[in-house]
Amino acid sequence: MAKISLPIAGGAAKAPASDSKTPSAAPATGNKTRAEGGTVMTEIAHEVSANKLVLYMKGSPAMPQCGFSARSAQILSQFDVPLYTVDILRDPEKRQAIKEFSKWPTIPQVYIGGEFVGGSDILAEMYENGELGEMLSELG
Amino acid sequence: MPIEPEEIGDLIRVALPDAEVTCTDLTGTLDHWQVDVVSLGFAGKRLLAQHRMVKDALHERLMDGTIHALTLKTRTP
Repeated sequence: MAKISLPIAGGAAKAPASDSKTPSAAPATGNKTRAEGGTVMTEIAHEVSANKLVLYMKGSPAMPQCGFSARSAQILSQFDVPLYTVDILRDPEKRQAIKEFSKWPTIPQVYIGGEFVGGSDILAEMYENGELGEMLSELG
Repeated sequence: MPIEPEEIGDLIRVALPDAEVTCTDLTGTLDHWQVDVVSLGFAGKRLLAQHRMVKDALHERLMDGTIHALTLKTRTP
């Protein structure tokens, strides 16, 4: 388990609140799923706020359909935080929408505590340097 | 839909003129790339911000599938 706490001054390890491209496409409240009459965008907003750790991936953790997705699922499954995964191959509308929601053109995509964290390269690097373990342990 | 490594470097240097770009064709099909970028423009920026700078520079080629998969490494000199 990578529960390493790095002594980073000023809380620099916290997810950036100032990144101008963090998700802003959906309202902060009243995020309905499509089944509830919302849009795919509000459904994504609902997913990332209702679940502390979300992975948009190709396939499932048990049957990943892409090496990057497999690597991301494998890293995230090593922590005690419940992992909510969305198979975008089963949902073409969401496959496109998630790229617009995050302003990030590739999949997989990881959200922690409602914040977009990055793709598989960023996740792997944050896993190796302990930042990921720290973020997940701060979820509470 | 292939893309040549020179074009990847040129697109990145539009955003990061000093960038040293190393492209590795992972599959021999010119659409799965590992791209290592070294630039002073990354100084003081978090990893997500660094990757965004490169992905923004390649945005069109990523969205139209010219670049199908991208492994990215960014650092300062």
